[in-house]
Amino acid sequence: MFESWSIIGLGLFTGFVFGFLLQKGGVTKYEVIVNQFRLKDFTVLKTMLTAIVVGGIGVYALYEYELAKLSIKPAFLVANIVGGLIFGVGMVLLGLCPGTAVAALGERNRRALAGILGMLVGALIQAETYGWISGLARSVDLGSVTLPNLLGISPWAILAGLAVAALAVFVALEFWEKRPVRQGSSALPSDPSIGTGSREKVGAL
Amino acid sequence: MNPLCMTRWSPYIVGTLLGMLIWFTFGVAHKALGVSTNFSQAILWAEKAIVPEHAKEVPYFADYKIPTAIGWEAAIFVGLILGAFVSAQLSGDRDAEQLPELWVRRFGPSRWKAYGLAFLGGAILMYGARLAGGCTSGHGISGTLQLAVSSWAFFLSLFASGVASAFILFRKGA
Repeated sequence: MFESWSIIGLGLFTGFVFGFLLQKGGVTKYEVIVNQFRLKDFTVLKTMLTAIVVGGIGVYALYEYELAKLSIKPAFLVANIVGGLIFGVGMVLLGLCPGTAVAALGERNRRALAGILGMLVGALIQAETYGWISGLARSVDLGSVTLPNLLGISPWAILAGLAVAALAVFVALEFWEKRPVRQGSSALPSDPSIGTGSREKVGAL
Repeated sequence: MNPLCMTRWSPYIVGTLLGMLIWFTFGVAHKALGVSTNFSQAILWAEKAIVPEHAKEVPYFADYKIPTAIGWEAAIFVGLILGAFVSAQLSGDRDAEQLPELWVRRFGPSRWKAYGLAFLGGAILMYGARLAGGCTSGHGISGTLQLAVSSWAFFLSLFASGVASAFILFRKGA
């Protein structure tokens, strides 16, 4: 019925740090999320790509030394892709995702509370209707497979490629965001009214 | 200035620390980081309490291996609220108590409309997350960094759909 106290303690600590970082990163804000999808503020992409590269290197290192197991969700590609497409629509409407919405509760965000109540209903509808579509959802089943398994190459080659690609994207974004803006142009990221936040509010860190 | 009291940290710093947090969850707790399973678990527990016979017949819970024991994910849920609360208190960030400016420009100042559409958005995204088997944390961070095929398929389609939806929703500018 309940997991051990040590797991609950570790979960509380993990959640606390996670929520603290999401709030400091600004990704608990509607504008930051929505403007990522409008391609006006790249905070979300920068944060996630950095986390993926840093996290991936560490987790694969732990795995190589048998200090951690991987936990790969099964690739039911129809379910993964259709689920992702549906998720994107909802995420733009709410301007938060599940983790950032829960964190936003800590900021007394009432829209996030409404969103979380909606999420409960969405989870209920999904559980109740899944039986009708389970055949289709599971029609393409690759199993718990990783890109290195699928492509037959080392995870380190993929992680190195990801790191280089992420670095190139970051350098390009930083240059593009700092480019001089012509007067009267509708150049996107420097529109002062949008609250892009990624530049002007960042502290010395 | 004490960094803990800043309103915003650089996304590169936050991303690096998030990545290191995942080392911790894998290396110490031996768990991946996820949020959306909580919601299916809540439904499972509610159904077990209210309609126990029916709960056994719902194929979703078994197919997606929804854990019956409460612990790790629920603790993360509580921790998330506390962590964001402390962060916002330290910096005095009270932004979230108002409707977002961009929202008001696009959808108007009605609070009930804002809550209604937020509810709808939450329902839509959670339907998608539970179908896909994870959300932006379970697939988007924990899964992609393990180079899982399922997670990259989810992440790329969510991004493409989000960009398309945002352009349709905000096509008039706002």
